[in-house]
Amino acid sequence: MNAAADAPVVRVRGLSKRFGTVRAVHSVDFDVGSGEIFGLVGPDGAGKTTTMRMLAGVMQPDSGSISVDGIDVRGDPELAKRRLSYMPQRFGLYEDLTVRENIYFYAELFSVPRRERTERGAELLRAAGLDGFENRLAGQLSGGMKQKLGLVCALIHTPRVLLLDEPTTGVDPVSRRDFWAILYRLRESGVCILMATAYMDEAERCSRLALFHAGEVRHCDTPQGLKAAMPGRLLAVRTARPRAARAAIAGLAGVLGALLMGDKVHVRIDGAEGRSAQLLAALRAAGIDDATVEPATVSIEDVFVALLGERGS
Amino acid sequence: MNLRRLSAMVYKEGLQILRDPRSLAIALVMPLMQMALLGYGVSLDIKHVPICVYDQEMSQLSRSITQRFDAAGWFSTVRTLGSQSELSRAMDGGTCIAAVVVPVDFSRRLAATGSAPLQAVFDATDVNTSNIAQGYLLGVLADVNARIAADYRDAHGLRSASLGQVDLQASTWFNETLDSRNFIIPGVVAVILALIGAQLTSLTVSREWERGTMEQLISTPVTALEVMLGKLIPYFAVGMVDAGVCLALAVYWFDVPFRGALSTLAVATALFSLVILGIGYLISVRFRSQLAASQIALLVTLMPTTLLSGYTFPIDQMPRPIQLATLVVYPRYFITILRGIFLKGSTLADLWQPMLGLVAFAAAIVWLAAIAFRKWLD
Ligand SMILES: Nc1ncnc2c1ncn2[C@@H]1O[C@H](COP(=O)(O)OP(=O)(O)OP(=O)(O)O)[C@@H](O)[C@H]1O
Ligand SMILES: [Mg+2]
Repeated sequence: MNAAADAPVVRVRGLSKRFGTVRAVHSVDFDVGSGEIFGLVGPDGAGKTTTMRMLAGVMQPDSGSISVDGIDVRGDPELAKRRLSYMPQRFGLYEDLTVRENIYFYAELFSVPRRERTERGAELLRAAGLDGFENRLAGQLSGGMKQKLGLVCALIHTPRVLLLDEPTTGVDPVSRRDFWAILYRLRESGVCILMATAYMDEAERCSRLALFHAGEVRHCDTPQGLKAAMPGRLLAVRTARPRAARAAIAGLAGVLGALLMGDKVHVRIDGAEGRSAQLLAALRAAGIDDATVEPATVSIEDVFVALLGERGS
Repeated sequence: MNLRRLSAMVYKEGLQILRDPRSLAIALVMPLMQMALLGYGVSLDIKHVPICVYDQEMSQLSRSITQRFDAAGWFSTVRTLGSQSELSRAMDGGTCIAAVVVPVDFSRRLAATGSAPLQAVFDATDVNTSNIAQGYLLGVLADVNARIAADYRDAHGLRSASLGQVDLQASTWFNETLDSRNFIIPGVVAVILALIGAQLTSLTVSREWERGTMEQLISTPVTALEVMLGKLIPYFAVGMVDAGVCLALAVYWFDVPFRGALSTLAVATALFSLVILGIGYLISVRFRSQLAASQIALLVTLMPTTLLSGYTFPIDQMPRPIQLATLVVYPRYFITILRGIFLKGSTLADLWQPMLGLVAFAAAIVWLAAIAFRKWLD
C-alpha cells in the first residue's frame, strides 16, 4: 500500500473489546509506519478512544494483537509504555501543578536525563507558544493551552509512537496551527503519530485515515484514496435556500446523498446522464429558482458521509 | 523500583498536599482542633457530679471532709441525708450518682488505728461516670490524707511512718492525677492518624481516577509499587509530624506525664501510621469515586479508633464478648501502647504483645496495598 507496509511501527490485528453487550471495538486491523500521521475518524461512540486505550496499554483487549515498535503490547505493556506517549481525550495533567512541574514530572517518570529535560522542555514550550507560562498552574490555562501542554508532556521523552485522542478539540485555530507545526516536525523525525480527530480539515492532513463506525474500521486509506473510492459523482447546488433545496433533492432517483455544506448542498449522484438537468427541474418545481448546479471538489466529509452512510442505513 | 520515578511521585504528591487547602487544613489544623476539643471542651471530666452525703458522725473532721467535695468543683452535694433508707431512695430515684457515708465511729477509729474507711455507693448504671466519680473521690481523699498527715506533723512535731489514713478501699488506676484528660489525650495521636488515613490518603488514588489524571499516569512506566510508596510517603511524613505536634501539646500544654521512651513511641506511631495509611490507600484503590472512598475510610479507620479501641472507654470494662472482638480492632493495640508509654513508662519489652499486634497488621496491610493497584482502566 505505502510506507506502512514495509516497516510498520504499529501493527494491530483482530483487536476487539466489548463492554457488556456493546461491541466497542470489533476485529480491527491496521498498520502504521514511521513518519506517518494516522487519523482515526468516525462518529461519537465509534470506538476510537477504546482503540487508543488498548494501544496505550491502559486497557486490556478481549482479543487481538498489538505490536508497538516490535513490542507486544499485550505481552509486555510496561516495556511498550517506554516507547509510546498517550494523550487521553480528557485532560490528564495535574491542574494543581504548574506548567513546569507537570513537564518535569513526566520527564522524571520517563527517566529523561536532567539536562535534556531542561533543554527539551524549553524548546517544546517555545514551539507550543507556552514560554512565559512556566509557573502558571495548569488549571489556570485556557483550553487550547492545556492541550498544548498535554502535547509537550507527551513529547518530553522522545517517544517512538505518539497516541493523541482528539487533541485539538476545543482548541482555537491559532493554537491548532502551533499544534500541527509540532506534529509535522515530529513526523519528519520519524515519529509514528496516531490521532483521533473530529475535525475534517485535520483528517485531510493525515497521511492515512481509518474510518471507524460501530467499533469497526470500515475503510482505511489515504485521504485521496478514500475520495477516489467514493461511489458516484459530486455536484454542488448553490441557492439562497439550501435547506429547502436539500429537502427537494433528497428523494430523487439517482441521488445517492445530499449533504448541507454551509451555503451549498453537496449532492452525490450516480453515473447516469442528465442528472444535473433533473436536479434543476426538481428544484424549480419546488419553487427554488435561483439554484445553480456545478461539479464540486470532494471533501473528506463527503467521503465519510458517503462511505459510512452507505452501510449505516 | 526506580528512585527517580519514586521521588517524582513523592514530590508531586507533596506539592498537591501543600496546594490543597482542604488537605492542609486536615493535616495542620485537625491536630490542634482535636487537642483543644479533647483537652478543654469535650473533656470527659464530668464536673459537679451530683452526690449525697450521709454524715453519721457529724464531727468537725467529718464535716471538713464532706465540705471538700464541693470545694474541688468535681462534686455538688445535692442533699445531706439523715438515714439509710433516705440514702436508698436518693440512689434509686437518681438524685445522685454517688453517696458518701461517714461512719459513726470515723474519727475515733482514725485516731485509734490510724486508718478509717469512708463508705461510698456508686450508681453503676453509667459505668464510665461512676468510674470517674470514684476517681474524683479518691482524689479528694488523697488531699484529705495529705492534710491529716500535715496536721499530725504539726501537732506532734515529728514525721511518722504510720500516719492517719482515710481510705476508700477502692483500687485506683495509674492515672493518679485523676484527670481523665491524661487518659484520653495520648489516644488523640491515634485519632489524628486515623483522620489522615480516612480523609487524606483514601482520596489520593480515587481523586486521580475522578479527575482523569490516572489515565495518563498509568500510560507511563511508573510501577504499582512506586505509585503506592509515592502516595504513602508524603502522608506518612504528615502523620509523623502531626503525631509530634500532638505529643508536644500533650506534654507541654496539657501537662500529661510522659514516662516512657520517645523511640518506643516513634516505632509504634510509625507502625500504626503504616496500618492506617495502608488501609486508606487500599480503599482509595478499590473505590474509584472520592465520596465512596472517604465514607468507607471513615468506617474502617476513624470509627474503630474512636469506638471499641479503649480510646474513651476502657476495654477491661467492656462485656467479655466485646473484649474479644476488640482483638481485631487494630487501633486498640496502638492506644494500649500510647497509654503505656505515656502514663506507665512501659518499655518495648512490656509492650511486646500490642507491638506484635501492630506489626502483624502493618505487614498484612502493606502487602495488600502493594499488590492492590492495577494499571488498567476497567
Ligand atoms: N469504560 C467503558 N464502559 C462501558 N462502555 C464503554 C466504556 N468505554 C467506552 N464504552 C462504550 O464503547 C463504545 C465506544 O466508545 P469510545 O469511547 O471508544 O468511542 P469514541 O469513538 O472515542 O467516541 P467519542 O468520539 O465520543 O470520543 C461506546 O458505545 C461507549 O459507550
Ligand atoms: Mg473518544
